[in-house]
Amino acid sequence: MNLFKRRQEQLNIFHKYRKQQKPSVEIPDRSFVTCEQCHSTFVKQDIERNDNVCPVCGHHFTMHVRQRIEHLCDAGSFKEIDKNWITKNVEFPDYDQKLNRAKNKSGLKEAVVCGLARIESIPCAIGIMDSAFMMGSMGTVVGEKITRLIELADRKKLPLILCCTSGGARMQEGIRSLVQMAKTSAALKQFNNHGGLYISLLTNPTTGGVSASFAMLADIILSEPDCLIGFAGRRVIENTTHEQLPDSFQKAEFMLEKGFIDAIVARRDCKRQIANLLRIHGA
Amino acid sequence: MSKPYNIMDAWQKVQLARDSDRPKAQDYIHFLFNDFIELHGDRKYGDDPAVIGGIGFIESMPVTIIAQSKGSTLEENIEKKFGMVSPEGYRKALRLARQAEKFHRPIVTFIDTPGAYPGKGAEERGQAEAIAQCLYQFSDLRTPIIGIVLSEGGSGGALAFSVADHLIMLEHAIYSILSPEGFASILWKDESLAQKASEIMGLTSEDLKVEGFVDTIIPEPEKGAQADFYKVANDLRRHLVDTLMSLKKKRIAALLEQRYKKIRELGVPL
Repeated sequence: MNLFKRRQEQLNIFHKYRKQQKPSVEIPDRSFVTCEQCHSTFVKQDIERNDNVCPVCGHHFTMHVRQRIEHLCDAGSFKEIDKNWITKNVEFPDYDQKLNRAKNKSGLKEAVVCGLARIESIPCAIGIMDSAFMMGSMGTVVGEKITRLIELADRKKLPLILCCTSGGARMQEGIRSLVQMAKTSAALKQFNNHGGLYISLLTNPTTGGVSASFAMLADIILSEPDCLIGFAGRRVIENTTHEQLPDSFQKAEFMLEKGFIDAIVARRDCKRQIANLLRIHGA
Repeated sequence: MSKPYNIMDAWQKVQLARDSDRPKAQDYIHFLFNDFIELHGDRKYGDDPAVIGGIGFIESMPVTIIAQSKGSTLEENIEKKFGMVSPEGYRKALRLARQAEKFHRPIVTFIDTPGAYPGKGAEERGQAEAIAQCLYQFSDLRTPIIGIVLSEGGSGGALAFSVADHLIMLEHAIYSILSPEGFASILWKDESLAQKASEIMGLTSEDLKVEGFVDTIIPEPEKGAQADFYKVANDLRRHLVDTLMSLKKKRIAALLEQRYKKIRELGVPL
C-alpha cells in the first residue's frame, strides 16, 4: 500500500513539474487524426502522404476533392469546367446559412467539381463529389453540373468517370432536387446510346437519390472498401420494418456479394485500375 | 368546377391525399380500361403486389398499364406494403414497358406511393439499381408514356414511374421529394413537424404545375376524388384519350426528342 502511495506522490510531483514546463515545440491544432476504425492516432501529413488511408488497419479516410484530383489525375492535367456555378437560395428557411457553412467547411462552391483531365495520359471527363459540402447532397447545381459533364463527354467522345459520394437529394430544393435523378439518368442514357464509356467510383457514403440514379448506371461500378452504399437509410429501415440489421449491411462488400458492384478497389490501386479500364476500352 | 386551389392548405391536402376512401389505382384501371388482363412478375425474383401491371383497351386502343397500388383495407395494405414498391415492382414495370415498346403500345403509369419500400430484402435485391434503371430506360423508351399522379407521390420511388411524355396530376394529389414526415425528420430531426414541412415543400398540384413538372391538372370536387369518383374518372378518361391520340400521331424520333428536352429542362438552376 505504502509503496503505491509513495509512487503516486512522486507522480503528482512529476505531473506538476511537467505542467510548469512550456512545451519546446508548438504543436498546431488538428495536426493529428485518429482512425475511426482502429483508433490509432497519426500525424495528419503522414496520413495524407499515404493517400488518406490508415497505415495500421487500411481504413479509407474521406478524401477532399482536391486530394482526389491529385490522387487520380495526372499532375496539372485537371481543367475545371463550370467552376463558378453556385446555388442561389430558393427561399427556403436557413438554406443560405447552411450553404455558407458548407462553403466555409469544404472550401468548395458546391458538392461536385467537374472537369477534363488525364489519367495515365488518357484524356477523360471526370466529376468528383465531396461529402464535406452538405453531405454531397444533390440539388439543382449538382445535377446540372453532372448533366453538363455527361453532355461534354458525349460531344468530345471522352470516357466519363464519376466519383460519387452523397447522402441523397437535397431536401431544401424540393422537387427541383428530385428531378435531377431523372435528368442525370436520361443524359447517361443518351451517352450510353452513343457508345460512351462510363465508370463510377463509389466512395463513402453513396446513398439515396444519387445511388438510385447515376451511381448505379455505370458500365463499370467500382467502390472503395467498406463504404456505405444503399438507397434507404439504416434508421428508416429499422423504424419501418423493425428488422435487426447486421453491421455489414449496405457495405461495399455486401453490395459486391449481392451483385451490384463490379469490384472493390483499394485506393492505392485505384488510378492504375481505372487507367487499365480506359485502355481496355481503347481510350 | 371545384373551388380555387388555394382554398385548402398543404397539410389538408396531405390528409385528403392519404384518405383511405380515396379511389385507388385498381378503381381507375377498372373504370378506364376494357378487357384488362393483369400480368404478373418480374421474371427475376418475384411479383410485387404494390405494382399492378397489365394490358387492356381504352377506346379500342391497346395500352400497357403499370400502376402503383395502395390497398383499401388494412389487410390489403399490409400485402401491398401501403403502396411502397420493392425492386421486383420496378423490374416488373420495366419488363412490361419493354413489352409495350415491342408491340408499339402506349404506356399509362399510375403514381400512388409514399416512397420505395425501405426494407432489408429490398436493399439486398438492389432497390437503388431498380429505380435507377426505371429512370434510365423510360427516358428513351420508343413508345408514348403518360403518367397519372393519383394521390401521393414520394421520393425516387414515385419518380421512377413519372418519366413520361405527359404527366397528369389530380388536383388534390401531392408529390414531393420525400414524405413530409421524412423531410421533417431529415431537416429538423423531428417527424412531428410534418405539417410545418408540408407548408414549405411545394407539394401541391398547383406548385408542381408552376415548376413545369406536371403538364395537366384534373380538377376534383372540394372533398376530393373520393366524393365524386365518376366525375373525376370521366374527366381523366377524356383527357387521357385526347393525349394518347395526339402522342400516337407523333413520329417516335420526335417524341423521344421532345421527352428528352422535357426531362433536360427540369430543375435547371436559378
